Amino acid sequence: MTLVATTMPAARRPLGFQLAAAFLVLVVAGAALAPVAAPYAPDAVDFAATLSPMSPAHLLGADQSGRDLLSRILYGAQTSLIGPLALLAIASVLGVALGTAAAWWRGWVDALVSRVTDVMYAFPGLLFVVLVVAVFGNGVTTAVVALGLAYTPTIAKYTRAIAVTECAKPYIDAYRVQGMSGFTICVRYLVPNMARAIVGYLVVLFGEGLMSLATLSFLGFGAQPPSSDWGLMVKEGQAAMVQGAFLPVLVPGAAIALVVVSFNVIGVRLADRLAARRP
Amino acid sequence: MLLEIRNLTIEAGGNRPILRDVALSVARGEVVGLVGESGSGKSTIARAVLRLLPQNAAARGQVLVEGQDVLSLDDGGLRSLRAATVSMIYQDPRSSLNPVRRIGDFLTERMVHTLGRGRKEARGRALELLAAVGMRDPELRMRQYPHELSGGMLQRVVIAAALAADPALLLADEATSALDVTTQAETLALLRGVQAERELGMLFITHDLHLAAAYCDRIYVLYAGTVVESRPASALFADPRHPYTAGLLACTPELGDPRPIKPIPGRPPSLDDAFAGCPFAPRCAHAVAACASSPPPSVAVEGGSAACHLIKEEAPAC
Amino acid sequence: MVTRVARKVAGLVATLLATSFVIFGAAYAAPGDPVTFLAGGKENLTPEYLAAIRAQYHLDDPFLVQYLRWLGDAVTGDLGRSLKYNDQVGDLLTARVPTTLGLVAYAAVLFVVFGVALGVLAAVRGGRTDAAVVAGTTFATSVPPFVAATALISLFGVQLGWFPVGGGGSLWHLTLPAITLALGALAIISRVTRQAMVEQRELDHVTVARASGLSERLIVVRHVFRGALGPIVTMCGLVTAGLLAGTVTVESAFQLSGVGTLLVGAINTHDFPVTQAVLLLMVTAYIAVTTLVELVQPLIDPRARSRS
Repeated sequence: MTLVATTMPAARRPLGFQLAAAFLVLVVAGAALAPVAAPYAPDAVDFAATLSPMSPAHLLGADQSGRDLLSRILYGAQTSLIGPLALLAIASVLGVALGTAAAWWRGWVDALVSRVTDVMYAFPGLLFVVLVVAVFGNGVTTAVVALGLAYTPTIAKYTRAIAVTECAKPYIDAYRVQGMSGFTICVRYLVPNMARAIVGYLVVLFGEGLMSLATLSFLGFGAQPPSSDWGLMVKEGQAAMVQGAFLPVLVPGAAIALVVVSFNVIGVRLADRLAARRP
Repeated sequence: MLLEIRNLTIEAGGNRPILRDVALSVARGEVVGLVGESGSGKSTIARAVLRLLPQNAAARGQVLVEGQDVLSLDDGGLRSLRAATVSMIYQDPRSSLNPVRRIGDFLTERMVHTLGRGRKEARGRALELLAAVGMRDPELRMRQYPHELSGGMLQRVVIAAALAADPALLLADEATSALDVTTQAETLALLRGVQAERELGMLFITHDLHLAAAYCDRIYVLYAGTVVESRPASALFADPRHPYTAGLLACTPELGDPRPIKPIPGRPPSLDDAFAGCPFAPRCAHAVAACASSPPPSVAVEGGSAACHLIKEEAPAC
Repeated sequence: MVTRVARKVAGLVATLLATSFVIFGAAYAAPGDPVTFLAGGKENLTPEYLAAIRAQYHLDDPFLVQYLRWLGDAVTGDLGRSLKYNDQVGDLLTARVPTTLGLVAYAAVLFVVFGVALGVLAAVRGGRTDAAVVAGTTFATSVPPFVAATALISLFGVQLGWFPVGGGGSLWHLTLPAITLALGALAIISRVTRQAMVEQRELDHVTVARASGLSERLIVVRHVFRGALGPIVTMCGLVTAGLLAGTVTVESAFQLSGVGTLLVGAINTHDFPVTQAVLLLMVTAYIAVTTLVELVQPLIDPRARSRS
């Protein structure tokens, strides 16, 4: 997963960057203003409008139960964006703590963290998440926590790498000489100084997290009906597809793809700028 | 003349050309030294002979190999020049060979794919060449990979490959600089041997003026892309006329040499440094006002030429 | 060489033991009595049924004994009984493995051929071709497989009617799923290929080859591509291993009856023996493939041979 971020060639197209940023602002605004902006309630069933095509009444059409797709997309943006945010919060708190600890104390702490991350890397994250879901039951919370744990090693590894170079800098020694404890230095100086790099990395992971979470919902492991989570919408829309109605899958599908593309475009640009700043 | 470079100027961005108005010649059977600090443009001259210039480089002037202008050759002509007429030996033999291919492949590749010889014939010739450059057990060497051989042995392989096409001109770009002293001596002796035996013209590029003086027939001293002095080796060594040449000679200590060690002050110029006058003027102890304002003309001195404002005045005295 | 292989295989066995322990122990991490969990939920739990579950899992034995017994059974091919299908898990798997393997193999062929070709094209041509390939692959990695699946089904399955929608086992049926599965992998491989080729092209020995009069085509084939082969093959192997997990999503999207859909169904119906077996199988396959990739490396890069 890190590969995507590091090997992508520097495509400097500010236009793409601006489009992506504008689109994301729109999505976030839509999610926040959903109660005001949405023409219908997300779960308002109207069988008269079943599989309605795009029309003034239903701008993006309606699904099998006649629920307005635009409204569902707007409300769905809430869960679809908060989910990845929550999973990254879990993963980054744990990952940064582990990575920093490994870099600061080295020795057995480092060995332990490295060993655990290596084992986690040894098999696909999806399977780990599936196991957690199998044990603790389906649902958004389980999916988010499981994915958060699955992403932790990635962030720990990344943090450790930056922290090791950062710890070698003289200012860290300066604080140490002043008699500050390791914990204080880490929390007050080390972590804030790495924040820029870590946040840049999180932006790239956000798109990926959104994709993973939507996939889990699609498989039925994450959000449950009647939620209008985008992944779940695709799953529910599949039945309509065979009847020749594509909007119920294509609208949420396109929403997911566009948001992920936007995050990747922005993430790549952030990574480029970070790379330019630290040669 | 085997190789004749006339008024070669090469520009590739930067504030000054990599090479400015370079003239140089190598005759058949002659060993010509090309000496300068890093960044002086000596490798660029060798590369220009094979037209291996950076993509953004613009070259003016002529590079004549056996009378043909390399800079205006078509693709086919260029390939046959590279394959058959001119061979190059590089500084680091380890990076000159593809690490994932056998020595034998490296040697026969050129013969099979560019000279159109049969595989069997190429193999036989490769074995001969390995023996000729003093490799023991050539059969075994052919099967080995580059990482299994020492640097000195690899340079022998590179030399063998360079000889594969019976070239007329050999370009040795710091061919011995990366080797340790004893291997360096062996390789130098080997190069000289094959050069004399086959009557090759050789352009011997080095940063070591003492080595060049001892090894070559004639020497060109290059500074910031211009030839500052070109003379027979013995004359140049005994009586350097350009202050830069004198400075280079004074840099290295030598047993029984009465001259004191004096490093040249300042640093070698980069491509960002542009010069209105003599490029060496900022580092020259003898610089006068004219040095900074106008480029010095090339003046005939004993056996060759030198480009320095001061020589005009001193020439009769010496 | 032999010690190297032995060490790799030992590492493989150790990782497998660790994961199998986690997969087995997961039942005990579940809230409540493991017997209720293993029975698949709270409904229709007769005492006889619970007793049968207890007997099947030997729940009265110490934990470690249970684990070793389960592991021993799994190694000898006895993966337990499915609660939902009331059938041997081994039989369920044998019926479905061919579909999944076929899908992975098909997708692997697609992404290797097209991914490498696109990467080479981007590296050799540069300019517009390069930009187009880079933009295309950036987009391809941003589309989740299940979205790509639905798009492909609606276009080629329903709208144009070129491919059957769902079901079946023929190559024709597998084409759309294989394309979906290959899409993300293709993007990764073309990027790795492009990057490796660009790096190789800058190396001195390529200039040396050019200076010896070799044609550009031969330089690309014999030196640049040959040098880039190491990372390309490694990445192809790793990505193929990753496809195993990817089948879960793709099979669900196309309603193929493979191991992936078996896993999804098992989780949604709380059929834990099946879940355990499929996870164990997938992890084993994944680790086996990645180990194989490492063992193949010395064949491509002679330097790796002497390093051991």
